Amino acid sequence: MADTGVLETLLQRVEKVDDGVDSLAVATSLGVDHQVIVGAVKSLQALGDVISAELRSSKHWELTEEGTEIAEQGSHESRVFSCIPQEGLAQSELMKLPFGKIGFSKAMSSKWIRVDKAHEGGPRIFRTVESIDDQVREKLLLVQKGHSTQLEEKEKNELKKRKLLSEVTVKSYWITKGNSFSTTITKQETELTPEMIASGNWKEKKFKPYNFEAMGVAPDCGHLHPLMKVRTQFRQIFLEMGFTEMPTNNFIESSFWNFDSLFQPQQHPARDQHDTFFLSDPAHAHEFPQDYLERVKKVHSEGGYGSQGYKYDWKIEEAQKNILRTHTTAVSARMLYKLAQQKFTPVKYFSIDRVFRNETLDATHLAEFHQIEGVVADYGLTLGDLMGVLHQFFTKLGITKLRFKPAYNPYTEPSMEVFSYHEGLKKWVEVGNSGVFRPEMLLPMGLPEDVSVIAWGLSLERPTMIKYGINNIRELVGHKVNLQMVYDSPICRSGPPTQTE
Amino acid sequence: MPTVGVKRDLLFKALGRSYTDEEFDELCFEFGLELDEITSEKEIISREQGDTKASGASDVILYKIDVPANRYDLLCLEGLVRGLQVFKNKCNRYQCDLPVDPMFAALHSPQTEAVRPHAVAAVLRNITFTQERYDSFIELQEKLHQNICRKRSLVAIGTHDLDTISGPFTYTAKRPGDISFKPLNQTKEYTATQLMSLYKTDSHLRHYLHIIEDKPLYPVIYDSNGVVLSMPPIINGDHSKISLKTKNVFIECTATDQTKAKTVLDMMVTMFSEYCAQPFTVEEAEVVYPDGKTCIYPELAYRKEKLSGKFINQKVGINESTEKIAHLLTRMCLLSQATGAGDEIEVEIPPTRSDIIHACDIMEDAAIAYGFNNITRTTPRTYTVANQFPLNKLTELLRQDLAAAGFTEALNFALVARTTLLPGLLKTIAANRKMPLPLKLFEISDVVLKDETKDVGARNSRRFCAVYYNKSPGFEVIHGLLDRTMQLLEVKPARGEGYHIQTADDSTFFPGRCADIFVRGKNVGRLGVLHPDVINRFELTMPCSALEMDIEPFL
Repeated sequence: MADTGVLETLLQRVEKVDDGVDSLAVATSLGVDHQVIVGAVKSLQALGDVISAELRSSKHWELTEEGTEIAEQGSHESRVFSCIPQEGLAQSELMKLPFGKIGFSKAMSSKWIRVDKAHEGGPRIFRTVESIDDQVREKLLLVQKGHSTQLEEKEKNELKKRKLLSEVTVKSYWITKGNSFSTTITKQETELTPEMIASGNWKEKKFKPYNFEAMGVAPDCGHLHPLMKVRTQFRQIFLEMGFTEMPTNNFIESSFWNFDSLFQPQQHPARDQHDTFFLSDPAHAHEFPQDYLERVKKVHSEGGYGSQGYKYDWKIEEAQKNILRTHTTAVSARMLYKLAQQKFTPVKYFSIDRVFRNETLDATHLAEFHQIEGVVADYGLTLGDLMGVLHQFFTKLGITKLRFKPAYNPYTEPSMEVFSYHEGLKKWVEVGNSGVFRPEMLLPMGLPEDVSVIAWGLSLERPTMIKYGINNIRELVGHKVNLQMVYDSPICRSGPPTQTE
Repeated sequence: MPTVGVKRDLLFKALGRSYTDEEFDELCFEFGLELDEITSEKEIISREQGDTKASGASDVILYKIDVPANRYDLLCLEGLVRGLQVFKNKCNRYQCDLPVDPMFAALHSPQTEAVRPHAVAAVLRNITFTQERYDSFIELQEKLHQNICRKRSLVAIGTHDLDTISGPFTYTAKRPGDISFKPLNQTKEYTATQLMSLYKTDSHLRHYLHIIEDKPLYPVIYDSNGVVLSMPPIINGDHSKISLKTKNVFIECTATDQTKAKTVLDMMVTMFSEYCAQPFTVEEAEVVYPDGKTCIYPELAYRKEKLSGKFINQKVGINESTEKIAHLLTRMCLLSQATGAGDEIEVEIPPTRSDIIHACDIMEDAAIAYGFNNITRTTPRTYTVANQFPLNKLTELLRQDLAAAGFTEALNFALVARTTLLPGLLKTIAANRKMPLPLKLFEISDVVLKDETKDVGARNSRRFCAVYYNKSPGFEVIHGLLDRTMQLLEVKPARGEGYHIQTADDSTFFPGRCADIFVRGKNVGRLGVLHPDVINRFELTMPCSALEMDIEPFL
């Protein structure tokens, strides 16, 4: 806050005139630095609409350092003239003076002095005129006093060339009265206080306006992880659709439930060391439902239930191998088997949990990810039903344009890859996989023949990366995440397709 | 998913019309294929080895097409064309007729039993190769080897110029030192032992050595004059190698899986009999087993299945006439007709469609031919009430309130089948040392523990872990978080029925600054100030307090 005296003086100046005053002119007339007036203008502006100030820029002439020296002491040539006595001065002496060299040549060309080169004891300088008229100094003095307009442009440019004058741009304010102009200043309060509320004197106070351009203070809070926020959203969608959550809290699974029960043959490449993580301890599972295991063995090796089977030598040793589950469908298989042991009632199941694959790691693939899975078991479900459920599911995510591509999966037939039209990329992108579980998987479990089970799956990471604009999966999961990203991630709100996501 | 590379112009010529890239992509999509890439040999070489190597390479346009893993009949140009032509209503099914006289016998000896027990064979008579056909023939063998043959472990294919050898052939197994022949593209003879060490450094063959390497006897096929045809699954002999000029091809497949051997042989002969003097005709070979039993190959089995139009309509969710459904199936290479008995349809499954093993596979083909995207989308009327898994419900609720308590959620990998969450959180802090202090993190995830009572011998356990990292240890902050968590879980601070903490010894924590958490008398976890050695090992510099507990007791 500028000194109140200056503020009031400035206000009085403004009051006296009709059209306004220039801050530079006020500074000159008050004999204060221009910055003091600028500060006063800013302070008055902060008080509200007391004054209005318009920023202007003007050009004016100013003396350079050398120019100022000349204005005080005279031009170099005049100083040369005045230091030469009647009897003259040795040129060598003159040249020792700081202004000697320039002054000498200028005085010579003005014919104020002469040189006697043949003088005894070296060249000597003598006056040629009695008195001189130091015009350079006078012109500079005029500029210094603010009367530069009295000089002709040509003269000013000549002085500029001699580096005695320079033209500078000056910013100043044109100050006029504001809507609530007053010559007295009321001190503004910064904040409302309990005392003001109690006494009611806030009514008489003026409050300093807030700067609404500034950011607020960040709240001190915790944050949920973006991937988990999206998980919550998917969970919510399934629950809204009447799907019951499966217990997927078993990362370690036997090959039997992960592969064999799904009619995935034992030589299938997915069962290779290259694709699946096998456990060394505990290496094997024990205790399988024995009669079910026999039925699984039979359907693989000999067929049955209308199937040719794979016709190979099915080995219990392969089925016993423990692995880190490669999909949550292993849990779906356990659930469907359990369901088949009771009187059948239609079910809708879902799960979202971690699965593990020995994949080549890159920007979008890690050896573990979260699989989202939905399963519906009911009498007489059709392929049309599967596509209809998927349509409902994806509509809840805000995705309505879907199309389906035939695909192959050992445990579903038909199998369909789900594509959605990506408005940003202007192309169809794969968003999930789906299918109808094979009878060779369902019938050995003991499910009724007229029951169909449809299912679909997708990864949680991919939609999350799209939602939060993350290109490298390592920036999303694992210890290398940038916590700032976690702090800054918005809420996950998928919604009807009218929303732009 | 295998990828097949075909020359675009050759493909279009065979299909009898050309397509724009978009049209062809669309056709593939409907059929369940994927036009993965449009490229050229030049482009591939330039990408892999640089522009200089690529100069002079062919810039003929190649389509790289992804084929479903069970469709071995689409692994070469010939098969793709036949499949797509049928799909586009272009032609009907092709025929494979068997000649009358079985001319060749492959004799099977008992020694192979322990190493590679099965062998099947067939002959392609009067075939005409061109460079393209020959390349495709070689390429199909390679694709089959990589896919159905499981990198030659299940089946290995050998093809020979029949005019250089004479039957009957003997399939036997011998000691590596006793097998000696000039292998393909070599100039001198090697024993099998020498070959195995020769191929140790071969970028291609070294991957197959393990299949027989440690066996006492190696499989080998001789002709009646003792010429070595091949030493499966490693290498063929040079003597019988095929060339562009070869007229008669002897194909043998040796295997550990007989079903797959028959499928592979069927695939080879159905695909390339097209180029025989009598197209789609293959000559049989008789295989005599050690017990004297004989079998004729290839089987080229056509199988008939009967199903009802209603079955297809109900499973797909369409309502088409029996005739229309039979027509849809015929378009998928499954020659079908309505039998006239009700809505019964008789479907003939050709030997090329080994993937059809159940009526549901036939149903899928009907749905593909109908067009997945033409099926009306319906809503199952299944009424169900949703239930949350209680452990996940508790987790979801706790996570919200822990974030509300000022802690930020971290998410770490479970891959190592970790038994504690703490190291993951400490690593997260180490990776975020630049962030302003304090750092307050939590994670609720599963750890894995051995458990003999479970069928797999292990179980998950859901844990809650939190850390506080600042200039002072902040034990009171972590302790406060425990109190808050217990408040949320409605457990009062009290010994006995409530919760309390009591001094514990744990090298992870600073001596005297560690306590066990007891809930209703049961130890559920631990909290304390981390030991400086632990802090150092995680490359951290500040004091840190932590809490880890089991949340399953609160269900």
